[in-house]
Amino acid sequence: MPEMKHQMRISCQTTALSELRVFLKKTLGELRISDIDQHQITLAVEEVCANLIIHSHNCNALDYIELNVKQNPGKLIFEITDEGKAFNMLDYEVPDLNKVKGEKRKGGLGIILVKKIMDEIEFESNKGTNTCRLIKWFQS
Amino acid sequence: MLTIETQIENGHHILFLKGEVDASNSVILDEAITKLVTDGSSSILVDGTGLEYISSAGLGVFMSYLEDFQEKEIDLKIFSLSDRVFEVFKILGLDQLIQIYPDKKTALLA
Repeated sequence: MPEMKHQMRISCQTTALSELRVFLKKTLGELRISDIDQHQITLAVEEVCANLIIHSHNCNALDYIELNVKQNPGKLIFEITDEGKAFNMLDYEVPDLNKVKGEKRKGGLGIILVKKIMDEIEFESNKGTNTCRLIKWFQS
Repeated sequence: MLTIETQIENGHHILFLKGEVDASNSVILDEAITKLVTDGSSSILVDGTGLEYISSAGLGVFMSYLEDFQEKEIDLKIFSLSDRVFEVFKILGLDQLIQIYPDKKTALLA
């Protein structure tokens, strides 16, 4: 399978999320992964970007986050970099669904999705640059 | 892009969702449901035939009404979701909390 590398710069506004989906549809469409997997991967990447746009950048359209998609043998790597307030989702305790329901809070669900869909999640913050790596294993 | 149409049929309010629900437009879904509650609806059916995509922002909208609806005895049912959208409800276990049906007929009979 040919090496693949794709990149996208995303403006920190929620309306950019549909452009992100178009980008991911094209990028993932080149690979042999099922429709359901493509859909779920798109969702997980969007959830991370939406969190950054809303919570780390307060929807400031002049801020940008960068997405790099790389394919290694057997795995797809989505590297999301930004320079906003660091948020390590690995430190975030996933709420119980019934608690989410009881509290009428609308957050938290996205992180549950990311953790359930992706096989590995890495996070690092270095000199103001945060990198979140989402890794999905697949049969190549 | 998301459009929502509402129709009344034999006392049921049917919401037709068309397009994609994400963080940029989930407020539209929220407002559409709030309006039905304000109008005194006791049965809300969501037609998911045209729903291509829903992220946690949209799923959270449904979640946020569940307790209220239980208290007010408002019925919320979702039907005709595509396989891939239904999968997302299942990943979160929302299929256990929300009544989801394969089609409109089953939803109305249940």
